[in-house]
Amino acid sequence: MPLVALEKVSSAYGMSQVLYDVDLTVEPGEAVTLLGRNGVGKTTLLRAIMGLQPVSGGRILFDGADITRLPTSRRARLGIGYVPQGRGIFPHLTVEENLRSGLSALEGRPGVSARIPDYIHELFPLLNRVRSRKGGVLSGGEQQQLALARALVTQPRILILDEPTEGIQPSIVQLIQNALQRIRAELNVAVLLVEQYLEFAWSVTSRFYVLRRGVVVDSGLTAGRDPHSIAHLLNV
Amino acid sequence: MGDSAVLLGQLFNGVSVASILLLAAMGLVLSFGLMHVINMAHGEMLMVGGYLSFLTLKFVHGPAAFLACLLVAFAGAALLGALLELSVVRWLYGRPLDTLLATWGVSLILQQAARSIFGPIGVELTAPAWLNRSFSFTQGWLAGVQLPYIRVFIIVLSAAVLGSVALFIGRSQWGMLLRAVHQDREMAESLGVNTRLVDLLVFALGSGVAGLAGSALALISPVTPTVGQSFIVYAFLVTIVGGLGSLLGTALAALLVGIFSAAVQINFSLSTADVLLLLMVVALIQFRPRGLITRNSRSLSEA
Ligand SMILES: Nc1ncnc2c1ncn2[C@@H]1O[C@H](COP(=O)(O)OP(=O)(O)OP(=O)(O)O)[C@@H](O)[C@H]1O
Ligand SMILES: [Mg+2]
Repeated sequence: MPLVALEKVSSAYGMSQVLYDVDLTVEPGEAVTLLGRNGVGKTTLLRAIMGLQPVSGGRILFDGADITRLPTSRRARLGIGYVPQGRGIFPHLTVEENLRSGLSALEGRPGVSARIPDYIHELFPLLNRVRSRKGGVLSGGEQQQLALARALVTQPRILILDEPTEGIQPSIVQLIQNALQRIRAELNVAVLLVEQYLEFAWSVTSRFYVLRRGVVVDSGLTAGRDPHSIAHLLNV
Repeated sequence: MGDSAVLLGQLFNGVSVASILLLAAMGLVLSFGLMHVINMAHGEMLMVGGYLSFLTLKFVHGPAAFLACLLVAFAGAALLGALLELSVVRWLYGRPLDTLLATWGVSLILQQAARSIFGPIGVELTAPAWLNRSFSFTQGWLAGVQLPYIRVFIIVLSAAVLGSVALFIGRSQWGMLLRAVHQDREMAESLGVNTRLVDLLVFALGSGVAGLAGSALALISPVTPTVGQSFIVYAFLVTIVGGLGSLLGTALAALLVGIFSAAVQINFSLSTADVLLLLMVVALIQFRPRGLITRNSRSLSEA
């Protein structure tokens, strides 16, 4: 059974429809990337999974249960960790407080201790050094690490990442790539990644979907598929 | 008694009125800052606090009776605020105009209820004996100045409440979640924060503090069905001057408004004082349209 399944999901902003009958699945522990040009509806789709964007048709299932009408905070508590485009760092909370805010998702989960796991500081040693700084003063790369770490504090079963490499220098991209690979290997967390940077997407995911004007136009395994073969679907 | 003594006494009264204003405005600031909701029935929380104090003194006696009043006023108003949030405010989320109208309706209902129960004329609260004295200065440049204990008590009470609320927001776990919701509601939700519960808590807290204001106000003037209405206008002024969503700004603005109107009232009539107060507020908004204290930040300025 897939961990997350979208069945014919449609979504609209007022009168303008953005997603048309999208089918998409992520198996437990699987990493999937969602590709597409600017404005095709990638962020809208991720927001729909989080419950931040209303769905006008279709269903969203998590672990087989229908969550289409579930409030966002309940989805987080089920185990969906979200790193939005733009990172969503609380600017006036300290780094430590930003991390602790993720503990809210552990409420009502039996057998889960409400603390920040040690491996988070291992993955992102920087965060301990800047722990008492305000989130808003961090650089883009530091904020991205914090956002990823904060999503991990919620002990997710799937991480939803919206363009984590956007506007970030190569060395930090490498660091995030390594972190994601370790999270996948050691914690068996599934990933749904929206990404413009194909090499990065190919290095951390095993399956892809291509979205074009709100419709899935291609999908398949990343292994053995030359990323350049779908570049024509992504570039203008 | 010299002129300066009269002036000082009046200023002192201004500060004590300012501290009640601060308590009354705090809930408005909190719920507007967090939920972008303007609660027209907020003044009635003050009224309810006043009447509850009056009732409490019917049953509780002794030197600590007034402390019981404060407790009952806080709890009662907080409970009423929670009910209002659950039954009206949360259903009108994102519809500020409807919220304004609906809570105005609730305000009228509460006023009418008070009129039916307690009558249109105000009820008086007898302040406990230990508050019925005053500091008198007999020597030095303060000679002739009288500082009634009641006023001192009100100022201390407000300072303590302001301090506690600030500590709660700044240090507690709930306070942190409150700040997170304030800064980015969607992100807080996405991290598992039950934002509806945070809203409810803040609304109840603000109402409870207004109940305390009503209790304090009852010490210096009768409780009437319209006490909230007449006081809330000033609380709104304080909120606007202070900058919506800022506690420190609210405190400064309350002091400014309270002292200004007290100072003006020495020389002019009450209505003239009100006109001058409004003129001052208008002038201030010209120079600082977003209030005395504003926060500059990339993410907040976009909101
Ligand atoms: N709040 C909104 N109101 C109206 N239209 C919107 C809103 N947000 C997005 N859209 C529109 O919906 C479409 C899809 O937007 P979305 O943000 O999902 O695209 P995207 O694939 O994430 O793009 P990008 O790669 O630039 O992040 C776009 O045409 C966009 O203009
Ligand atoms: Mg996007």
